Amino acid sequence: MPIEILMPALSPTMTEGKLASWQKKPGDQVSAGDVLAEIETDKATMEVEAVDEGVLGKILIDEGTENVAVNTPIAVLLEDGEDESALEGAGRSAAPAPAPVEGAKETPAPAPAAPAAAAPLATSPASDEDKYFTETKTQSVREALRDAMAEEMRGDGNIFVMGEEVAEYQGAYKVTQGLLDEFGDKRVIDTPITEHGFTGLGVGAAFMNLKPIVEFMTFNFAMQAIDHIINSAAKTLYMSGGQMGCPIVFRGPNGAASRVAAQHSQCYASWYAHCPGLKVVSPWSASDAKGLLKSAIRDPNPVIFLENEILYGQSFEVPTDEDFTIPIGKAKIERSGSDVTIVALSIMVGKALTAAEELAKEGIEAEVINLRSVRPLDTETIVNSIKKTNRMVSVEEGWPFAGIGSEIAAQMMEHAFDYLDAPVARVCGVDVPLPYAANLERMALRQPEDIVEAAKAVCYR
Amino acid sequence: MTTDPAHTSPLSLTVPEPEFRPGDKPDYSTTPIPRAGTVRRPEVDEDPEQFRELAYTIIRVLNRKGEAVGPWAGLVDDEMALTGLKDMMKVRAFDARMLMAQRQGKTSFYMQCLGEEAIACAFEKALRPGDMNFPTYRQQGLLISGGYPIVDMMNQIYSNERDPLNGRQLPIMYSSKEHGFFSISGNLGTQYPQAVGWAMASAISGDTKVAAGWIGDGSTAESDFHAALVFASTYKAPVVLNIVNNQWAISTFQGIAKGGSGTFAARGHGFGIPALRVDGNDYLAVYAVAKWAVERARRNLGPTVVEYVTYRVGGHSTSDDPAAYRPKEESDVWPLGDPIERLKNYLVGRGLWSEDRHTQYKAEVEAEILAAQKEAEEHGTLHAGGKPSVRDMFEGVYKEMPPHLRRQRQRAGV
Repeated sequence: MPIEILMPALSPTMTEGKLASWQKKPGDQVSAGDVLAEIETDKATMEVEAVDEGVLGKILIDEGTENVAVNTPIAVLLEDGEDESALEGAGRSAAPAPAPVEGAKETPAPAPAAPAAAAPLATSPASDEDKYFTETKTQSVREALRDAMAEEMRGDGNIFVMGEEVAEYQGAYKVTQGLLDEFGDKRVIDTPITEHGFTGLGVGAAFMNLKPIVEFMTFNFAMQAIDHIINSAAKTLYMSGGQMGCPIVFRGPNGAASRVAAQHSQCYASWYAHCPGLKVVSPWSASDAKGLLKSAIRDPNPVIFLENEILYGQSFEVPTDEDFTIPIGKAKIERSGSDVTIVALSIMVGKALTAAEELAKEGIEAEVINLRSVRPLDTETIVNSIKKTNRMVSVEEGWPFAGIGSEIAAQMMEHAFDYLDAPVARVCGVDVPLPYAANLERMALRQPEDIVEAAKAVCYR
Repeated sequence: MTTDPAHTSPLSLTVPEPEFRPGDKPDYSTTPIPRAGTVRRPEVDEDPEQFRELAYTIIRVLNRKGEAVGPWAGLVDDEMALTGLKDMMKVRAFDARMLMAQRQGKTSFYMQCLGEEAIACAFEKALRPGDMNFPTYRQQGLLISGGYPIVDMMNQIYSNERDPLNGRQLPIMYSSKEHGFFSISGNLGTQYPQAVGWAMASAISGDTKVAAGWIGDGSTAESDFHAALVFASTYKAPVVLNIVNNQWAISTFQGIAKGGSGTFAARGHGFGIPALRVDGNDYLAVYAVAKWAVERARRNLGPTVVEYVTYRVGGHSTSDDPAAYRPKEESDVWPLGDPIERLKNYLVGRGLWSEDRHTQYKAEVEAEILAAQKEAEEHGTLHAGGKPSVRDMFEGVYKEMPPHLRRQRQRAGV
């Protein structure tokens, strides 16, 4: 049997890549470990090594092909004694298997691997920005974040970016792609590995009226910096009697990615939202990402900007106007409905929209609110929705205890008690450190079916 | 405040750059490498003020001709040298198979220690049962040299039904109390103050165990590194503080963390801790220095900082491509050579080993690793076969399972 060589996944979140070049040609003898091809992902260029010995029989994907999904057969290897007649039918046996990325299966369209055209625009009703910014282009969340930084940096020489791998390597997740080239090494700065150290530096620079954007490779690593963020960045304006403030943005991926386990998969929304002095923002779409990041950079207060690694590669329509911003503290109704309100943030917005489609099949029309900002919280939009639906489910990736859902539920007790026909339900992560194994990880994170179940429960269905 | 006009010219910022970037031709011919055998060996109880220069040189035993020379030679007998060679070859074969397994999608992530095998393999031989390492992610040699089952390492990497960590932890984040290998933490630097705390606890308890902390060149920038040195110095903790300087922290070259310190070892001096700098690609030198530092700790003489000078030949992990930030040929011209080749040449020179025996053993150890891999894969890989038990997901959050987790487990139907 000829051996199919599949497009490899070179990182847990890779779903597709470009086949940059072939290093072997059909007929070449190949030994285990030989470099067969080079592939490019959004993160890096990598060599594909042969795992088995044999002769390269046939190349199925030409070099230069972009968007090759992980696990697509890219070539066929003939084993000892086989000749080309063995190639008959090879390469057609396996349709591209699903990418080995649980997140891709769990998130609704657009899955990370989907071409831009598959963006879920149909589910988005009109919102303010749709009204005022009619010209859009399709962009990934990653590109939208980069453009937001670049546009703001062009307009204000006091803005700079610092963090691990942000300059020479173009960002650990390639969010700062191209910034070093455009703005130079005085404004795009690779730091030594010390979140505690460079967060303190950033806070100090903000005290001196620069506007730092501090990138955390992930928010998990920012825990050692939390003293600077909360005790200094958040409180100095207050403690100094208004003399010195801290105009700074802390940004980076938050929450679970794919298969990075307990220490790298935590949602920090409720940790930071607890603290007065901080603003906390949590975008879902590329449009959210761009509009909110521009607002965060312009904001004179410290802003915690919680991104999501799985969303980086997903594409959405984004207004092209450079004046497009989204006010911090304003939620967006992503889907109108009359039967139940689903309030979600970040990646859970996509899952909530998927759940809403499922519910619609059963005659339940859900209104899905994308919180966008966690602090300040857009209580008004949620209350107005409950006045219409009388039922609410809050959805977050983080743990239940003292989570964002707890706060929303308490606020609805205060502001919407008389409109509720059922107790507010919370859909939260399972109350355990996130396990690594795929089967356990999927169980610990909430899925659209969990949201459907909760929504039906508050509708007494 | 004065308004002295003499000091009003604009200030500027220094951003260090590595010597070579992709496209440059790396050349280390002018890098000073001390000749093997030329650095003196102080007594372990000598006043550290008398050997401060050991933080600025490189202790080396194996010379270019493959001979063991100088005052640090003679501590490794022939049997141990043979074992050392085999351990390192096993680590390399293990890494190669697991790297390929990652490329095949059998695990999501892997980190090899290509070129750095001597450090962990030799260090392990200087410890006693009961001592504790607080390793980072490139010390698989500690486990392999200590005889930890290869199959269990693979089961962990595959997160399968036999995973000793129940599918909870990232691949390669091993944990074995019995083998003196503390659970690897993904958060850089934390292992350093924890190793010091563990060592201080051993001293407080009147025990005889010592600890070893491990950190990379990049992570010495972490506050944890500095806090660890303060405590180790103040309380003379029985700990060896290892710094593996493999030149690169992902894409960040070691100069970014080192700054104006001269060497990483010299960081110890600011805290009053004796510091040695050793050729990390020289098994015999690593063992000699490790034994010296462990003995110092064991004799209650206090902590030692050891910098291992080495080179990370592979990528940081399976998620990066070093060609983006350093010349591809840099590892080929790296002046300290390959640790396996160097110990092999020593053993061949002593008539204990040959090219043929080497080729034969390489095939043997590769077959052994392959057999272990087959065994592990019978119990599942990341996406196929046996999975960790879902019941276990709710265990270990607390010592005793609280009622709300019991309810969650029941709701999950397990």
